[in-house]
Amino acid sequence: MKKVIMGNHAVSYGVRASDVKVISAYPITPQTQVVELLSEMCADGEIDAKFIKVESEHSALTAVVGASAAGVRSFTATSAQGLLLMHEILHWAVGARLPIVLANINRAVGPPWSIWTDQNDSLSQRDVGWLQIYCESNQETQDTIVQAFKIAETVKLPVMLVLDAFFLSHTFEIVDILEAEQVRPFLPPYSTEVRVDVEDSHSFGNLASPDGYFELRYMIQKAMEQSREVVKEVDREFGEHFGRSYGLIQPYRCDDAETILVTSGTVASTTRAVIDQMRDEGIKIGSLKIRVFRPFPFEEVFEVLSGAKKVAVIDRNISFGHHGIFFQEVKSALYGRTDIPIIGFITGIGGRDVTPTVIREIADKAMGDESPEREINWIGVKR
Amino acid sequence: MFDYLTYVREGNFPHIWCSGCGHGIVLKSFIRAIDKLGIHRDEAVMVSGIGCSSRTAGYVDINTLHTTHGRAIAFATGVKFANPKLHVIVVTGDGDATAIGGNHYIHAARRNIDLTVLIYNNYIYGMTGGQVSPTTPRGARASTSPFGNIEPPFNISGLASAAGASFVARGDVYHAQKLEKLITQAIQKKGFSVVEVLSPCPTAYGRRNRMASPVTLMEWLRDNCIPVKKYEKMSEEERSGKIRTGVLIDIEKPEFTEEYRKLVDSMQVRG
Repeated sequence: MKKVIMGNHAVSYGVRASDVKVISAYPITPQTQVVELLSEMCADGEIDAKFIKVESEHSALTAVVGASAAGVRSFTATSAQGLLLMHEILHWAVGARLPIVLANINRAVGPPWSIWTDQNDSLSQRDVGWLQIYCESNQETQDTIVQAFKIAETVKLPVMLVLDAFFLSHTFEIVDILEAEQVRPFLPPYSTEVRVDVEDSHSFGNLASPDGYFELRYMIQKAMEQSREVVKEVDREFGEHFGRSYGLIQPYRCDDAETILVTSGTVASTTRAVIDQMRDEGIKIGSLKIRVFRPFPFEEVFEVLSGAKKVAVIDRNISFGHHGIFFQEVKSALYGRTDIPIIGFITGIGGRDVTPTVIREIADKAMGDESPEREINWIGVKR
Repeated sequence: MFDYLTYVREGNFPHIWCSGCGHGIVLKSFIRAIDKLGIHRDEAVMVSGIGCSSRTAGYVDINTLHTTHGRAIAFATGVKFANPKLHVIVVTGDGDATAIGGNHYIHAARRNIDLTVLIYNNYIYGMTGGQVSPTTPRGARASTSPFGNIEPPFNISGLASAAGASFVARGDVYHAQKLEKLITQAIQKKGFSVVEVLSPCPTAYGRRNRMASPVTLMEWLRDNCIPVKKYEKMSEEERSGKIRTGVLIDIEKPEFTEEYRKLVDSMQVRG
């Protein structure tokens, strides 16, 4: 069944299709509608899940960690300050190897207060050990929730979906709604032997001496590396079931492109429109959307970009004192293997609109700029 | 006619509060209180967290810190500790102060630091669309409890009293002049002072609980908020469903920043 729904509700429908058993949340704009609809779905008996509204985001993720340790599929959603308040437990979920799925609606961090989008909230969590998948459309969002549970349960690591505030969270699009019965052959009900249980007890979080802790961290990294193939395999299998696949990355008109613009989130759609326009003008340009940020798809990114003469990375974030964060990642993927100039562009911070004009300015600047030392360019700053 | 405009940031108006919201009445009562006390705006600091209540800090033209959800009291503790001469007023809500910020609330009361905390209690998370809060009455409907809330509520004033606050009062926005007096007393009090203000939310709470009209909510406050002295004379039966308002706790006890100064002084004397 097709429905016109907002991005936030696409998350809720993805959860509805995934046989989730515990949902815990705390309200924060622009995420609230995700769990609001889920609470209605629980109340209406549309999903067989328990819903609890707790007293903070820290408690929301903690309760989900508890539920997951008790062996059930669990979900929560948040934004910005909420995600930052969860930070301690983000680490905990990884160390405890719990397959939780969380939807984060990208929102700028205060002060000053802002409810509009940028990526600094989720990207400042890049080293905690969660997989991160940046979504671009409502269909992709719903489908990625379902994929995320399968990925998480396979590699025993939590997965974070990331959506741009308002540009995706509040935009209405047609979505082919997945039903739980349809999804079950792809994503069977969750069960795990490693859980707190009265019949067969397990311990989570006990003290590990230097003799053992190191190996546990090594295993997390191994699981993260392994997850790259798992994400691909789950995506392929999803395609077989439902006819839609998304990949780790999405190149667009890159085959003979001399310049490639690297994007993520909703900026990817705007960029593709600009690419079409420039192609009509005879300019050899393409774009590359990075969908899966953790694990970072080094090989895939290198393969696409190595054919270009110049790479421009568009970041809706900034690592103060360094560069845009996608820029750093792309640069590390190409390091030592090519000498293609990579130019970083910072734009759209705090929800400033990234229009086709902005993208065109970036493309023109990238193509005209012959000095790769100037790695960081701020687009649209009022001076 | 009292000139409120000298105390507000006109550039930030119109305000975000819905029609029928009681929060504007708290803002005005607060302004009259500091005017009456003759507190210079440079000597007052308003600290707020997140929620409809916390927008007050955007409108009042004194020193203001608009901070993170639940942490206003923790920020305010730092402000007062750094400069005890300042009058530090926290504006917060039931969700902000007693859910995400509950720990700071009870510990500031225990420490008895000289802050004035105005808690706008509207029984709901209004700003984000009416989720159940720690003061939502049992059985009341919220967006996250469509069949009625199954959790028992906090008594905000009781919590502060039990935790050690030296001044605790409860007022409401129907009795605005009385509210002004309570806020005045709370600011004057040396020590941790709380004024719980019942302020209706027709949009997120009223509509779900058969009190959609702001007038109905105001009448409810008029009929159910009973002054302490009258309340004490009422029988158990008469008290049912009624809310005690006025000064609930007013005791003298050592205040934190003074105790700290005394300790430092005593150490210096000893050399």
